[in-house]
Amino acid sequence: MRFKRPNLMSVMTGLTAALLAGSAAMAAEPTPGGWWLQEPATPVMVKLTEVHNLVFWIICAIVIFVMVLMGYIMIRFREKANPVPSKTSHNTLIEVIWTIVPVLILLVIVVPSMQLLYYQDQVPETELTVKAVGNTWNWEYAYPDYENIESYISNPLDEDASEAAGKPFLLGTDAPLVVPVNTKVKVLVTSLNNMHAWTVPSFGIKMDAVPGLVNETWFEVFEEGTYYGPCSEICGVNHYYMPIEVQVVSKAEFERWVANDGAFPGQTAQLGGTTTAAQK
Amino acid sequence: MVAIPETGGYGADHDDGKPGFFARWFYSTNHKDIGTLYLIFGIISGLIGGYLSFMMRLELMEPGFQYFANGHDFNVFASMHGLIMIFFMVMPAVIGGFGNWFVPIMIGAPDMAFPRMNNLSFWLLPVALICLLISFFVPGTAAGDGFGGGWVMYPPLSTSGSPGPAFDFIIIGLLAAGFSSIFGAINFITTILNMRAPGMTLHKMPLFAWSVLVTAFLLLLALPVLAASLFMLFTDRIDGGTGFFDPAMGGDPQMFQHLFWFFGHPEVYIMILPAFGIISHIVSTFSRKPIFGYLGMAYAMVAIGVVGFVVWAHHMYTVGMDVNLKAYFLAATLIIAVPTGVKIFSWLATMWGGSIRYTIPMQWALAFIFLFVIGGVTGVMLANAGVDAYLHDTYYVVAHFHYVLSMGAVFGIFAGFYYWFGKMSGIQYNKWLAAAHFWLFFIGVNVIFFPQHFLGYNGMQRRVADYPEAFELWNKVSSYGAIITLIGTGFFFLMLLEAFTIGRKTRRVGDNYWGDGATTLEWTLSSPPPFHQFNTLPRIEDTDEH
Repeated sequence: MRFKRPNLMSVMTGLTAALLAGSAAMAAEPTPGGWWLQEPATPVMVKLTEVHNLVFWIICAIVIFVMVLMGYIMIRFREKANPVPSKTSHNTLIEVIWTIVPVLILLVIVVPSMQLLYYQDQVPETELTVKAVGNTWNWEYAYPDYENIESYISNPLDEDASEAAGKPFLLGTDAPLVVPVNTKVKVLVTSLNNMHAWTVPSFGIKMDAVPGLVNETWFEVFEEGTYYGPCSEICGVNHYYMPIEVQVVSKAEFERWVANDGAFPGQTAQLGGTTTAAQK
Repeated sequence: MVAIPETGGYGADHDDGKPGFFARWFYSTNHKDIGTLYLIFGIISGLIGGYLSFMMRLELMEPGFQYFANGHDFNVFASMHGLIMIFFMVMPAVIGGFGNWFVPIMIGAPDMAFPRMNNLSFWLLPVALICLLISFFVPGTAAGDGFGGGWVMYPPLSTSGSPGPAFDFIIIGLLAAGFSSIFGAINFITTILNMRAPGMTLHKMPLFAWSVLVTAFLLLLALPVLAASLFMLFTDRIDGGTGFFDPAMGGDPQMFQHLFWFFGHPEVYIMILPAFGIISHIVSTFSRKPIFGYLGMAYAMVAIGVVGFVVWAHHMYTVGMDVNLKAYFLAATLIIAVPTGVKIFSWLATMWGGSIRYTIPMQWALAFIFLFVIGGVTGVMLANAGVDAYLHDTYYVVAHFHYVLSMGAVFGIFAGFYYWFGKMSGIQYNKWLAAAHFWLFFIGVNVIFFPQHFLGYNGMQRRVADYPEAFELWNKVSSYGAIITLIGTGFFFLMLLEAFTIGRKTRRVGDNYWGDGATTLEWTLSSPPPFHQFNTLPRIEDTDEH
């Protein structure tokens, strides 16, 4: 078991920038034994991590404050130390204080939270649109901008195939969604039957796939690499086994991929399109 | 809190007239007997729900499939664990059990307002539980028996996604449980508003009675919405039936989510508010001080109840809601932190200046306060709609709601159980067995649920039977916690066994075995109280103690 501990100082002083600078090859997937947020790969996730860190330190401070106060009370006012209890049951000032102070703390939280929410939710001018359609139990990807690319099914790889492909089992697929780096991409998410949720943690995206409804969200990835996520809305027997894999390539490579009708040079056929890969 | 007149065991001086065994326990109209039935029922359901969760933790101890045939079987266990723990363990224990036992006594009433309806409320529950248990063994989907759509029962997974009769049994069972709760709520509201002893104004009423009153209103307003949405699911599931939630027929699956959470969010306060009431009494008793800021405490619960009805869609941030709606639900949800903070600080202020005894119920209560703070602050994190895009439906959420329920509501139940065990049975618990139960349980649940925050941060989604290897470490730790908790639960039953065999001969308790810190009316009665109490109503003196 390999441990990867986040550098505590960088966490404290502005985790996101440090992590971004430090990460060379992006392959955003769960860290073995990890206990922290995945590294941000998009501007939304950078902001999300900042807001998270702000709230995280505030709530840690609150927990520590309550713990210390409780510990003090438990020692100072134990029966032996304080045999005669006071009869105080009012103190208007302190009651006002412990109502007002939490309100002020919440105001500190709510402003950046709202900024993040609106930034994340409002899709900017995008340069590429992709469509992710949930099905039981795989994802279908389509590129409405390009007529020459047929939609294809992204099936999960079974254990042996994942190992052969060097991809994590239960996260790797036979046909990732392919997008260019540093490009604003709009994602349309819907479903054919049960509900699903299209999730890439390092993008800060989780969008429910609802039949009869097209949801939209967006991302812009900083670096080339492969990014993984799980389906995050219970959808039946193989809910645990319908991963999302996004391959982020250079703009030039993406151009070639499109020109090649959705296949990388060297590949003869379009990515994916294969049928069910060993579903249990 | 309540000034008690010269005592002497109200109503103990006449023939109890206890009926025979069958009539007493099966036709019961006595609030204390019905309360006992509810508690026994809650313990049995807790064992079933606990078994389901223990099997899930065993399965998740390692990647790959160990015990379950497929993902569906795991989903069935997860779904039923949620439904059984909520509707058949926590609610019967806190509302049916402690509510029935102590609300009439605390307000100085001889019994509940509608004793026969009280009996009906209870007996609907075993019927409901049997329906749920049947659903395990009848076809659900092609993948296996039972219903695996989560306790939230979202369509289309609960309609076209689960064609077998398993889910129909769940609908029938939950409707029965829902009507049980509605009848119970009507009973509590009527009792509390009409049957308080002379002199006991609402502002003198003990906080546990306040908590049950607020809870009863939440039940009365929320459960009909659940019943309606279950009926809608039921008719949607019929071939050629309705299409409320079917987009092919012009329906909207998201509407179910709104209806469900309009019930579901008040439901979480239904589970925790009575625990708040119990904790207040325990903290006050063992600090030998009146509750600090009594009115603030009572109205904080009212505020939580009211605001609890207008925050439901924070469970649905990722469904594709309008951003302004999300902003509203974000702000409204954060507001709940304020009355909750008032309660936490008032408990600490009650202890401040007190003379604190660390009895078993006080240990549970202190653990409750501390762990509820942890569960509460992660709620502040999850209220952030933006951050929730990362954390929603991950194990972070699982950790959060188990901190507020498994360590909140359940710790409240155990705190109340040890606090009132002597009052209800006349026997004091063995404190060593009780201490072993507390410490193993306290350590166990923290080992289970604290690492689940890490799993959520690392991106592990909820309700999965198998996971990528990266999640193995903390899943393993979490599963070890389940083993510790199981041993702790074993000590609970040892404690019960010891009490009813050895303890009943050696540790009988008197009227008020907690001393002068315990000031509510149940401590003026014998332990256990007479079959009928308060034939002469107690009179509450007009003092201004709080």
